Amino acid sequence: MFYREAGDFSTTYAEDQQTFPIKFDRYRYYVVLFVAIFVIPFMVNDYWVNSLFLPFLIYAIAAIGLNILVGYCGQVSLGTGGFMAVGAYACYKLMTAMPDVSMFIHILLAGVITAAVGALFGLPSLRIKGFYLAVATLAAQFFLVWLFNRVPWFYNYSASGQISAPERDTFGILITGPNTEAWATYMFCLIFTVFSALVARNLTRGSVGRKWMAIRDMDIAAEIIGVNPLRAKLTAFAVSSFFIGISGALFFSIYLGAVEVGEAFGIQKSFLVLFMIIIGGLGSIFGSFAGAAFLVLLPVLLKIVGVDWLGWPTDIVAHLQLVIVGGLIIIFLIAEPHGLAQLWRVAKEKLRLWPFPH
Amino acid sequence: MKYKLGTLAVAGLMAASPVMADLVFPSLSYRTGPYAAGGIPFADGYADYFTLLNERDGGIGGETIRVPECETAYNTEKGVECYESTKGEGALVYQPLSTGITYQLIPKVTADDISMLTSGLGRTSAKDGNTFSHVFNFPANYWDGASVAVKHIMEQEGGDLSGKKIALVYHNSAYGKEPIRTLQELSEKHGFELKEVPVDHPGQEQKSQWLQIRRDKPDYVIMYGWGVMNQVAVQEAANIRFPMDKFIGIWWSGSENDVLAAGAKADGYKALTFHNVGSDYPLYDDLKTHVVDAGKAAGAGDQVGSVLYNRGIYAAMLVAEAARTAQEIHGVTDISSGQMRDGMEQLEITEEKMAALGLPDFGPEFSVSCENHGGEGFVAVTQWDATAKEWNLVSDFMQSDQDVIQPLIDEDASAYATENAIEGNC
Repeated sequence: MFYREAGDFSTTYAEDQQTFPIKFDRYRYYVVLFVAIFVIPFMVNDYWVNSLFLPFLIYAIAAIGLNILVGYCGQVSLGTGGFMAVGAYACYKLMTAMPDVSMFIHILLAGVITAAVGALFGLPSLRIKGFYLAVATLAAQFFLVWLFNRVPWFYNYSASGQISAPERDTFGILITGPNTEAWATYMFCLIFTVFSALVARNLTRGSVGRKWMAIRDMDIAAEIIGVNPLRAKLTAFAVSSFFIGISGALFFSIYLGAVEVGEAFGIQKSFLVLFMIIIGGLGSIFGSFAGAAFLVLLPVLLKIVGVDWLGWPTDIVAHLQLVIVGGLIIIFLIAEPHGLAQLWRVAKEKLRLWPFPH
Repeated sequence: MKYKLGTLAVAGLMAASPVMADLVFPSLSYRTGPYAAGGIPFADGYADYFTLLNERDGGIGGETIRVPECETAYNTEKGVECYESTKGEGALVYQPLSTGITYQLIPKVTADDISMLTSGLGRTSAKDGNTFSHVFNFPANYWDGASVAVKHIMEQEGGDLSGKKIALVYHNSAYGKEPIRTLQELSEKHGFELKEVPVDHPGQEQKSQWLQIRRDKPDYVIMYGWGVMNQVAVQEAANIRFPMDKFIGIWWSGSENDVLAAGAKADGYKALTFHNVGSDYPLYDDLKTHVVDAGKAAGAGDQVGSVLYNRGIYAAMLVAEAARTAQEIHGVTDISSGQMRDGMEQLEITEEKMAALGLPDFGPEFSVSCENHGGEGFVAVTQWDATAKEWNLVSDFMQSDQDVIQPLIDEDASAYATENAIEGNC
């Protein structure tokens, strides 16, 4: 009824090629953006932002990054935590070395540095595939964490080996440190999330993304039809690491404010982001958001229901949460291997045919 | 993005919960994960002491106490979530029992005007109250521990440590790295050689570290471990037949959980402590009548009298006394978090006070001031008796080497002050 192409005419190529060709979809997207930009910032407090919105937005960026590598280019990576650490430490070094430069620039530079490191660790992907590549990226994960623990230069020789974000502002508004306003940090992360999603979406629809998908589907065939595997794989690693670096930088500077590399960027972080894109849907930008929302909100929701409403002991709820998340991952892998994005796709398809499904 | 609507609904319900006029002492506990063995007894002790005050005295100064518990699993992200979700309830003081979470919360509590007590953990230089206005770490800190461990070793060796080798086995995190600077200074001062042996989280695998110790043959081993790392280390030390009385753990490596697994081989293992051990105190009789027998004990109720349970009791006692002090200073019973901070800063723990509370000789006497948020640094040594299965004090409470520690604290605190543009509040 609402959700169909009928009556929605494109008269230019640009209109024909837009991201959301269906009117209803397009308006929905504008409404979500409007709510995110003009409504939520006026309603949030510290709790909403620090417990729900910031982790959701930041993990969404990381999931988009990993989805480009795993979902679009088919290169399995377990190095996400390590690359996030690169972003975080690059951001820390930049913001302490150049305190007067805007945080926007620091975060973007941290992304660029991570892209370079990611491309470097992507080199083995030209020779090895599948599980073996996963092991190579696992090595990157452990190496990077070890490096940041071992070399005091990275943490400015602090006694504890922790890095903590000093107060920095953008256009005169504080966005790091303890005295920030909730809406400021939220808006700052939202800008990066929207920017990442737009860039990723348009990259994956264009020639670069098609080359990645060709490599993912069959690398020899892709090479025969003229896709350069070296460039395709390395760009996938670089772009993916760029986003992951941005998310690591935001995770450290905006969200946590102080980070210990082994604890915050350990192997469990790599798995968490991987679970996000598996549950959300491989090869889908919406899936990255859905997966991040699912794994960030579910534990908080379970905690509120279990502890605050039902009054159960905290340890029972914490254990139950592990059971439920684990169970859901298994259920998803069996019942819907393409994740939440596929459910969304099916729903849209049904809506399109409604009320006369064939 | 659709999920945000659900989020809004959830958060709306959260915000709607009423704020009650109680004294709120949130407990950021961890009863799950690799550090649960240490987190459970502490959380039980912390909750039980407040339950006792509620049941026996009707709270502090007539105000009932509420202890909302939040599970952190020793994870900093969850710690932040817990902090944000409990601070709105009128939280007076936080005791996160995790150095990682402490580092997160130091700037946050300062901005929110809530105090934080990190007895024997956290950032050591928080002792400098001039820089860290809302963070307290009385009665002792990590550097006191390192110094007293060396002092104890010196006593054992007849006062001379030159040419001796001491290995530091530490949890490779902010917590474990804390004592390194102090031990380096002490090794220069006393002429012993320091070997650093890091163990990565969670520390279940320590074969290579103990192989290294076996090869290097240090005269003493000091350990800064936590959670499952402790019992593995004690077991590995037993396996290489390292003399247990030359193996000294920090207070986080000195509970029953850490030594019971190794059985008789753990006999003689030493650990530091900043409070007394055992359950032979009048307070425990009250605990039994009002809490345990009344079925109101926290958790499974099986931790009463263990080392970390005592630490929970002690931690709760310190903040309860601080709240009482705050009530006296400001003349109101329903104190705010800012008034609580004043109470923390003027807290004085004397032998008479402890005896009146039913905990005679339980910990060192100390008083807090604006400049000194860390007490006097008195620490004792305990030793494990594997046949009786109990910890015994084997030394008096002795003071750490303030000549070495104070300059280090000043240096670290002033670095923090310049980094964060803090002017000082004394």
